Amino acid sequence: MEIFPARDGGVRVWLSAGEAELLRLLANHVIDLMGDDRKDQPQRSVMDELEALFEEGPAPQSPTDPVLARLLPDAYREDPEAAGEFRKYTERSLREAKKYFAQTILDTLPDNGGRVKLTPGQARDWMRAINDVRLAWGVKLEVTEDFEEQLAALDPEDPKVATFEVYGWLGAIQESLVQALAR
Amino acid sequence: MSVAPAEVDLPRIEDESVPDKPWVTIVWNDPINLMSYVTYVFEHVFGYPRPKAEKLMLDVHHKGKAVVASGTRESMERNVEILHGYGLWATVRQDV
Repeated sequence: MEIFPARDGGVRVWLSAGEAELLRLLANHVIDLMGDDRKDQPQRSVMDELEALFEEGPAPQSPTDPVLARLLPDAYREDPEAAGEFRKYTERSLREAKKYFAQTILDTLPDNGGRVKLTPGQARDWMRAINDVRLAWGVKLEVTEDFEEQLAALDPEDPKVATFEVYGWLGAIQESLVQALAR
Repeated sequence: MSVAPAEVDLPRIEDESVPDKPWVTIVWNDPINLMSYVTYVFEHVFGYPRPKAEKLMLDVHHKGKAVVASGTRESMERNVEILHGYGLWATVRQDV
């Protein structure tokens, strides 16, 4: 994959069909992760949502799943009540935002690879979505600051090698996007 | 640590007229976020000049965390919302 800054502050992305397919998979994974937990229930009306915001019940818990806990972190470290209040009012829009960023990737990926020009906003969405993918995988793989050494220490036959390499590839993409946008 | 003088400077807050202990936004280190990305967020999202953005990023990286803003509780919570949108790990705390 090649990433170049564009004159309007956006970026140009050149990528292979395989890279496009992989990004599509990873973006869909984030959308699934951020999806409404109550997928099997009928759509709630706006009035239902408003009522939920004002109801007195217990505040939502921090996620127990480590990936979700990292993507939707507590805003208060030592005050579960304040953290719960904050989560009650903001978690939904944070989930929606992360779904939106990943959707931007899906909407702009050339189907069979090729070249695409992203606006500055789309490029920032790509950057945030890829960061969310990295967070999810980084937590799952338990990466440390010495990621390169972790990768080098793996047995070449270990199936984890492929996922570590994808994680590394995502880091390189992320770095390129930051460099292109930070100009 | 030195003790604050009896006359305390008012914190940098927008329109509160009652002095209060300021609230702070803290960003925590993690092994996933790229240093360049964290700097980008501080510079381009928070509007800090590049040297300050880099210094804050290095503080996060080397010290485990850094205070990146102070002010009203509401504006600190707003900061955290934005930072969580960018995937940084941030919390709000009342300054001591």
